[in-house]
Amino acid sequence: MAEPAAVPASATPAGRAPEAAPPLVRVEDLAKFFDVSPPWLNRVLQGEQRLILRAVDGVSFEIPKGRTFSLVGESGCGKSTVARLVVGLYTPTRGAIAFDGVDMASLRRRAEIAPLRKRLQMIFQDPYASLNPRWRIGEIIAEPIKAHRLIAERAAIDCRVGALLEQVGLSPADAEKFPHEFSGGQRQRISIARALASQPEFLVCDEPTSALDVSVQAQILNLMKDLQRDLGLTYLFISHDLAVVYHISDYVGVMYLGRLVEWGAARRVFEQPRHPYTRMLLDAIPDLEMTGRRRIPVAGEVPNPIAPPAGCHFHPRCPFAEDRCRQEAPRSLPLAEFGEGGGEVACHAVEERRLESQS
Amino acid sequence: MSDGETRRPLLEVEDLRIEIPNRRGTLVAVDGISFEIAEGEVLGVVGESGAGKSLTGSAVIGLLEPPCHVAGGTIRLEGRRIDDLPYEAMRRIRGREIGMVFQDPLTSLNPLYTVGRQLTETIRTHSDLGERAARKRAIELLQEVGIPAAERRVDQYPHEFSGGMRQRVVIALALAVNPRLVIADEPTTALDVSIQAQIIALLKKLCREHGAAVMLITHDMGVIAETADRVAVMYAGRIVEVGPVEAVIRQARHPYTHGLMGSIPLVGHDIPRLTQIDGAMPRLNAIPRGCAFNPRCPKAMESCRHSRPELTPTGETEAACWLYDGGEQRDGTHG
Repeated sequence: MAEPAAVPASATPAGRAPEAAPPLVRVEDLAKFFDVSPPWLNRVLQGEQRLILRAVDGVSFEIPKGRTFSLVGESGCGKSTVARLVVGLYTPTRGAIAFDGVDMASLRRRAEIAPLRKRLQMIFQDPYASLNPRWRIGEIIAEPIKAHRLIAERAAIDCRVGALLEQVGLSPADAEKFPHEFSGGQRQRISIARALASQPEFLVCDEPTSALDVSVQAQILNLMKDLQRDLGLTYLFISHDLAVVYHISDYVGVMYLGRLVEWGAARRVFEQPRHPYTRMLLDAIPDLEMTGRRRIPVAGEVPNPIAPPAGCHFHPRCPFAEDRCRQEAPRSLPLAEFGEGGGEVACHAVEERRLESQS
Repeated sequence: MSDGETRRPLLEVEDLRIEIPNRRGTLVAVDGISFEIAEGEVLGVVGESGAGKSLTGSAVIGLLEPPCHVAGGTIRLEGRRIDDLPYEAMRRIRGREIGMVFQDPLTSLNPLYTVGRQLTETIRTHSDLGERAARKRAIELLQEVGIPAAERRVDQYPHEFSGGMRQRVVIALALAVNPRLVIADEPTTALDVSIQAQIIALLKKLCREHGAAVMLITHDMGVIAETADRVAVMYAGRIVEVGPVEAVIRQARHPYTHGLMGSIPLVGHDIPRLTQIDGAMPRLNAIPRGCAFNPRCPKAMESCRHSRPELTPTGETEAACWLYDGGEQRDGTHG
């Protein structure tokens, strides 16, 4: 497996591990615009404008092999759209996704895409909606095996399904049951077993524990960590729960209205957040440790993504906003003071070193 | 919080039992729980889905959906029994004396009426203000819950508000006539973290200013830690532990509470694995004999499988666990 040649040194993240693994997934200037215009007739008769929703607008990051990269942000920030772009459920409007050095967009024919597709799988948020209620668990888990023609004989498939069920903490006998016979946490285990069926290297997990109770969430998070250790999996983890993200991630990217405002090694982002939005988000976490603490109230809400503010999208809520922030979108610049694992931040105030007195 | 001893209970729930009859028999969803809420106190009720926390809240406001019904016990508000009141009498108490905030703000607002009309209607139903005065009060309430340009927004419909703003409207509705008690059922679950923090702060501030007691039902321990004075932990229709919020979080006595706390990931805690309670909460038709938690409990003893523990004082909290029978800790290694 050759490392892609042109990786700028500053963009190669180094996490908790000393040596930087080669990136398995590399996303560059990724964008996805949705046309949310009113129907043609309304535009003509009522003079309404075309509306473009820039769900993701120029996001770049990379995920080293065997690591977890998490995207956090509030609803509507585009994190789920990034997940769907990465697995190929949406076609990007702009930008490139390279998986193991191969640009996904350059592949046209099914025969070229299929071998890559089976190496990446997705786990969805709602375990009630992502399993077909009329299929038995065995059929659900066997589907990727059959679709990718990994095993031919019926008996061998059953054997593999049984092994997968055991791997996620269920029993091989459960293959005969239907989804409604399982609780939410068990269903999410089934989703994970299905995702593992094609022996992927990369799993995209879109809010996999948001629909679960905390004690069940703990079981699923532990399972995901065990699987990562045993199978060397790489995760792109999407969540709005910062505590879950802290627990599971090596790297964290913070999104706001379609842009990545800050990313870096998880510990760095949580301990020394640089972007004012990251600081605000971290400050908003209800805390078990500091009962009754006074925190700085967060002002405002996420603006309408169809008409985001000019310049830096965060400027109307930002206490440090100046004229430049209102006009010019900040570029993502490496945080030199943290060295390799520092990541990048897109903020004029950080670039101009206006925030240093506060931190 | 400090003058907790001198307050008299505003709400007293005693031995409440909620049943759901179905074709195969009767399910007991809430099984003999008792608790009190003092004036101005915030009682958090936590538990996993199906523990019975929302049903308890609905029972207090008399909004249990049939076939669920209160099958035993008493609910008293300021010493007056309210669980056996006829529908009309209960309707006057709801809104006037007990306000409600539900999880999904969109379903608690009527989409066909402006926010102002819903507020004035509530105000006029429960007070003798005229139309004009009620409208003025409605605008004041919207200002109080932090809605900008309240004079203009009072004439807008719920769909014109964002999720966080809608929840503010719902809180304004709940507090419209200064109720003595507010039942807040997962008030922040549908909201983003930054908005969640704003709503929690608002709820706390308003209840302090209006002197209302709050029963805060949520599955989010973080919200409880920030907001509640005391917390009751529910499991399979029973209260397993109740006490001051700090004691429950830091020195949980019941093995379930202990496991629940350990299963919550925290920012700043570098632990390779979360504490895991194996298995799942039992379904209502298969609640184990004895302590309902015994099949999942790492410390289960013989007595746990046969007889059900009652809440007993153990240090700062009360726990329903045989480990603390007689107020003493039998197992020295806990904590």
